[in-house]
Amino acid sequence: MKDLRIKKHPILGEAKFGKKITIFVDGKKFSAYEGEMIASALYAKGIRKLRATSKFKEPRGIFCAIGRCTDCVMTVNGVPNIRTCITPVQSGMRVKTQKGLGKWKK
Amino acid sequence: MEEVMVVGGGPAGLCAAIESARYGVKVILIDENDMPGGQLFKQIHRFFGSAQHRAGIRGYDIGNSLLSESEKLGVRVLLNTVVWGIFQDNFLGIKTEKETKILQAKKIVVGTGALENPLAFPGWTLPGVMGAGAAQTMMNIQRVLPGKRILMIGSGNVGLIVSYQLLQAGAKVVALVEALPKISGYLVHAAKISRAGVQILTSHTIVKADGKGEVKKAVIAKIDENFKMIKGTEKEIKVDLVCIAVGLRPLDELCWMAGCQFTYIPSLGGFIPLHSRDMETTVSGIYVAGDVSGIEEASTAIEEGKLAGIAIAESLGYISKKEAEEKKELSWESLRELRLGSFGEGRQKTKDLILKQYNSLHKM
Amino acid sequence: MKKKIFTQDYYKNFPGYPSKERLAKARVVVIECVQDIPCNPCETICPRKAIVVGKPITNLPRLIEENCTGCGRCIPICPGLAVFVVNNNYNDKESTISLPYEFLPLPEKGEEVIALNREGEKVCRAKVISVLDPEKNNRTAVITIAVPKEYSGEVRGIRLIRKNP
Repeated sequence: MKDLRIKKHPILGEAKFGKKITIFVDGKKFSAYEGEMIASALYAKGIRKLRATSKFKEPRGIFCAIGRCTDCVMTVNGVPNIRTCITPVQSGMRVKTQKGLGKWKK
Repeated sequence: MEEVMVVGGGPAGLCAAIESARYGVKVILIDENDMPGGQLFKQIHRFFGSAQHRAGIRGYDIGNSLLSESEKLGVRVLLNTVVWGIFQDNFLGIKTEKETKILQAKKIVVGTGALENPLAFPGWTLPGVMGAGAAQTMMNIQRVLPGKRILMIGSGNVGLIVSYQLLQAGAKVVALVEALPKISGYLVHAAKISRAGVQILTSHTIVKADGKGEVKKAVIAKIDENFKMIKGTEKEIKVDLVCIAVGLRPLDELCWMAGCQFTYIPSLGGFIPLHSRDMETTVSGIYVAGDVSGIEEASTAIEEGKLAGIAIAESLGYISKKEAEEKKELSWESLRELRLGSFGEGRQKTKDLILKQYNSLHKM
Repeated sequence: MKKKIFTQDYYKNFPGYPSKERLAKARVVVIECVQDIPCNPCETICPRKAIVVGKPITNLPRLIEENCTGCGRCIPICPGLAVFVVNNNYNDKESTISLPYEFLPLPEKGEEVIALNREGEKVCRAKVISVLDPEKNNRTAVITIAVPKEYSGEVRGIRLIRKNP
């Protein structure tokens, strides 16, 4: 299974990934490492589409990766519009591909 | 009331905090991330300049030394904290993970940095099109390879450096396109990627990015002197990532809210808050430093941050005017050096223009 | 056909490029720094005052040929990775080129690699003579390769033949 994590780097050396944890992405179990941002954990496993726009349902993914552009927002633990590029994963977290503006969990 | 609050923990904000704390000022540094350093930690290349500018040292090493200096000097750092507003009389609206509150400070430094410019072309919203800086964050901070086969747009230093770093991370940069007829960044950076096999195509542009649901390919083409595509020169290339490196713009929202006066300078990234030689804006007590005061580089941001820090220590009475002038002269001299030569002199001219406009307002 | 930008002819007229005579004589540094960038670590690190930038620091680095011993301390410190050392006196048939290298994996001493020109094109095969990667170089390794003499002005990069692990 593909994993885009960079384990060895000529300048940065060996990567120190955190503890392996499980989160849920669209209901499915998904492995990530503590300290990683949601968007990059997903990207590492080839999940690049994070939401769909309201009107045309077009896919959107990471654009700025520093929490400014809001292209990467997803619904996290029932809360929509979470900037996943700057939100770290947490064990048991429920991440959902967001449709449009998303819905608050009732 | 707090003495100084610095918004943004990048090189500018960190240095403003360090420099004022050095003279005894009580400083709070606020950053919305879980670690200060701004974009310094993704700069894995060696910096240019002289020994005073820490030339030959890698960006993240500079970041680490600034962090330990700020710790030693007792700079208080609020992380995961967003500044959402600046109001009259130096009130700041801040949001921590737990609460929202309003704080007041005698002096505020805005060191909020910059945001990458997008570039619109068919397919530009597809997952797999991202800023070059975003790709840099992905690979150097997050340690995730943003793509295996890459098209880079833009031959400024960001485009060239990030291309090199993509190669270092193990990707292939299939091509770098530049709309101008010549490479716009440093030729030494271009030479590095050229000898590593990257084709640098000047007078070329992206026609579209394509793929179902995400980028799978891109079309590039030659353009004429009027930047019009030359029909028949289109070429399809297989890429999974398109990186956009077409400049940045200042993150200046807080300055607008504060009522700072601006000037429009496209070469510095757009609207720039007017500021004095001490980096103070037209709103007394509010300072700017780094990219928010005009897009430059980390080494100039460091010096501008220092200037704001010294000026603040001076105006709060922690150091004498004479001592402050001596310290500031070092930073001014350092900035003058960094703004020399064909790459820097344009920035020096526009910075002089900003100062002139600032001074003319203050003589009224 | 793509127009070449990075050629020996382009670089040889800059003040950091040694003369033909000096190149023929013994090991010497070749500085391929061609723009008025404010930068001078090469001058600062040289123990023999063989590189002069002076003031303003946007001056191009000038090589004082007779002072240079080709020690190569300036190779890993250059932020532009624009410094090389060429030794045309290595043996009868070969010259050596020392170059900065910041990729993984590093080649090994004795390994055969592909020598590349400034445009990334294959020039010939080369043998790795030494790999220097001390801590003080902070992860810019200096690789020295031997190539047939006639290519010493052209070769500026390498590519490994073995596949990445």
